[in-house]
Amino acid sequence: MNLTEIIAKSVTHSTLEVFSTMLGVDVASGEGAVETGMPEAREGVVSFIGIAGAWAGTGSVSCSPALACRICAQMLMCEASAVNEEVLDTVAELTNMIVGSVKTDLEQHLGPLGLSIPTVVYGRNFKTKSAGNTEWIVVRFQWDDETLVVKLCLEPKEQAAHVMFHTSSMQSCTLEV
Amino acid sequence: MESNVLVVDDSAAIRKILQRVLRQTGMAIHTIHEAGDGQEALVVLGAQKVDLVLSDINMPKMDGLQLLASIKASAQWRQIPVVMITTEGGETKVSEAVKLGAAGYVRKPFTADQIKEKLAGILEPAVSL
Repeated sequence: MNLTEIIAKSVTHSTLEVFSTMLGVDVASGEGAVETGMPEAREGVVSFIGIAGAWAGTGSVSCSPALACRICAQMLMCEASAVNEEVLDTVAELTNMIVGSVKTDLEQHLGPLGLSIPTVVYGRNFKTKSAGNTEWIVVRFQWDDETLVVKLCLEPKEQAAHVMFHTSSMQSCTLEV
Repeated sequence: MESNVLVVDDSAAIRKILQRVLRQTGMAIHTIHEAGDGQEALVVLGAQKVDLVLSDINMPKMDGLQLLASIKASAQWRQIPVVMITTEGGETKVSEAVKLGAAGYVRKPFTADQIKEKLAGILEPAVSL
């Protein structure tokens, strides 16, 4: 099994475990795929967490606002009808748990790795891009008619991009992850 | 005797879940205090009587291992059990926490039963009347 397959398998296992344990929900997972870091127009909630060590990169979880609210309501057993601080915090923690579990799995193969504090972005008409020609290992999960996308890019440190760029139609700025 | 618990995590979602889980454990718990990082936790410890600390590791300002080291270095607080609850499942962090004097370790994601099992030897069960 190569590293891409190991990462895809770990992402799938970790995401299913987090949903099953923390939300009591069984989601359906798709096949892992490799996608290049071309920017795509986004709308919704995207969470990033940085991975550092001999290998470095970024883990990302994205979903629609409706799914973010549903995750929050299920996980915290509360009402969540709009994306607010509690919803964003829940998506950030979901990302932390998924990528944290993947990180622990990968440490067997890649040595000690560190995690940053998660960053969450919510909005419309924004794009995300990693510096460099990053390849993302992407696994999609289905909860009824909603899709959650978990992505991870990881490269040996000298090749790794440490900065994410996000741009909107109004402005652009650098988002360090 | 009922215990006071301090939950330390930068995620309000996790603090809320732990509040609920702790109330469901059947342990004799009086008050559950919260802190968003190690620095806030030290302020709570200075102001409240705390019998158990549940702490995340990866937090801003002061992380869970620094908090654990501060608690164990204090003559006033060193007897307080500290259980780490974190995504940091790597051997290095676990060994460091144990070396610093952590009373236990629970990996996120966790179930209510895992928390209950970990606290069984630390907190007293609630007395049913």
